[in-house]
Amino acid sequence: MPYTAEHPTPPESSDELRARIPGWGADLDPKDRPSVPRERFDPSATGAHWDFPDRQEEKVPRERSIEHKFLTPVFGTSAPLRGLSGMLRRFAYAKYSEGRAAHWLILLGADRVDAVESHLRSFATLRPDNPITETGVLSEFTRGGISSRFGRKRVDLNHQWIDPILVAGPWIAAAGAVVWGVKAIAKR
Amino acid sequence: MRAMVYRGPYKVRVEEKAMPPIEHPNDAIIRVTLAAICGSDLHLYHGMMPDTRVGMTFGHEFIGVVEQVGSSVQNLKVGDRVMVPFNVYCGSCYFCVRGLYSNCHNVNPNATAVGGIYGYSHTCGGYDGGQSEYVRVPFADVGPSVIPDWLEDEDALMCTDALATGYFGAQLGDISEGDTVAVFGAGPVGLFAAKSAWLMGAGRVIVIDHLEYRLEKARTFAHAETRNFAEYDDIVVEMKKATDFLGADVVIDAVGAEADGNFTQHVTAAKLKLQGGSPIALNWAIDSVRKGGTVSVMGAYGPMFSAVKFGDAMNKGLTLRMNQAPAKRQWPRLFEHIQNGYLKPNDIVTHRIPLEHIAEGYHMFSAKLDDCIKPVIVPGA
Repeated sequence: MPYTAEHPTPPESSDELRARIPGWGADLDPKDRPSVPRERFDPSATGAHWDFPDRQEEKVPRERSIEHKFLTPVFGTSAPLRGLSGMLRRFAYAKYSEGRAAHWLILLGADRVDAVESHLRSFATLRPDNPITETGVLSEFTRGGISSRFGRKRVDLNHQWIDPILVAGPWIAAAGAVVWGVKAIAKR
Repeated sequence: MRAMVYRGPYKVRVEEKAMPPIEHPNDAIIRVTLAAICGSDLHLYHGMMPDTRVGMTFGHEFIGVVEQVGSSVQNLKVGDRVMVPFNVYCGSCYFCVRGLYSNCHNVNPNATAVGGIYGYSHTCGGYDGGQSEYVRVPFADVGPSVIPDWLEDEDALMCTDALATGYFGAQLGDISEGDTVAVFGAGPVGLFAAKSAWLMGAGRVIVIDHLEYRLEKARTFAHAETRNFAEYDDIVVEMKKATDFLGADVVIDAVGAEADGNFTQHVTAAKLKLQGGSPIALNWAIDSVRKGGTVSVMGAYGPMFSAVKFGDAMNKGLTLRMNQAPAKRQWPRLFEHIQNGYLKPNDIVTHRIPLEHIAEGYHMFSAKLDDCIKPVIVPGA
């Protein structure tokens, strides 16, 4: 108890724990823990056979944090900048350091713009976005949607009601806007 | 090739993508044989991580077979069965040569605070991930390792992140013999952290969650005491009572950005993205640890600020330790533990899902349906 100098005694002794739990105490000595010491200068340990890596070719202009001196020698090429979201992202990287909230808030905003742009673009393809198949919501029927949630003291139920609104809301709002627009045109 | 593709928050699909090319002389192309969905993939799926772009393929936990190598690759050859740590890293920068593989400075142009991670947004470098048939693996002489013959595929897969991260979380706690270790979160990382705490000599391990099936796993798989925080008005008070009013010596936050338990914080942080994530679990950790104790953070948070109880941490004289795990640094020791039978990583795998059904897999994992703890994705199944 903390009101005296002694540390509370664990309910089981080390011998009892060793007998009950496979491997108990195998890494009792911190030297047996592989990331101790945390930082160990050892250039030969990694398999790298270069002082500075060859530079990957920059086939399209690649955005980078202004906290970097130059474009890193290797980078991902998953999804190059495009559209309005690309303009926002380019601005966030060119203008603000990672220490600025504006940097991250613009990037998050660009993510939402990207999603809308991509949904609209998909409607011009042979495979438009499908909110039923892409949300995986059908697994509610095959993976125990009701039995997994109720009678189980889950605290996440207190916010799960808002998730469908956040997911489906923009789709419903967009559909409503289209209907409203068509009606407005028809009235003319 | 077939690959999972992000289409916007809560939406993913499988589509035909171009084969990843060799972009750098030390690249390899890996044919993925198994991948997994990680709890932190859900932060991407929910649209929480900045600069997560439509069209990206997720997946930082994967193993596979070498399909093609670049001109400077020396340590791998076509046909090798390999496991790939979730970190992309060069092996030669200031940070890598000090063992900080997760902080590599040569692979992520988009940010300096974090290194590269496969399939984890452009904030982590913009690399496509392994929830696909093929994936580009940069620095093939540095990251991947040939899987030992005796190591089963699913066990190797767990070593690429979940097990290595859980073990690292326990290490950062600096556990001494007899310490009371509390772990917030009974997902895969929390379960492995609890299990690892025993290896390091913990005298008592308590796991806290609200999902009873995960707490059952914590009792059986990780031999831990459990607390369902939904049963208590205030889990911090319960943790004080459970530790003779001292507090735990070490607390591991294995929850991260999407902690449940407080509607307001959940909506403002996880849903409206006004913080780098909901700091409930981290604040519970700070409140539950004893004065002078250590808080180890394995939960992933976004780069935005979070309202963390730093004054309490200062006044209590806490040591706060955290990082993305340098996964490969743990492997030799983890291999020993697996061979000795101390760890059986794939015991936490609950679901095996064909790549083509990955949308249902994401929803199931996200909504915690069907007692899902760890889903594994099988390309070509």
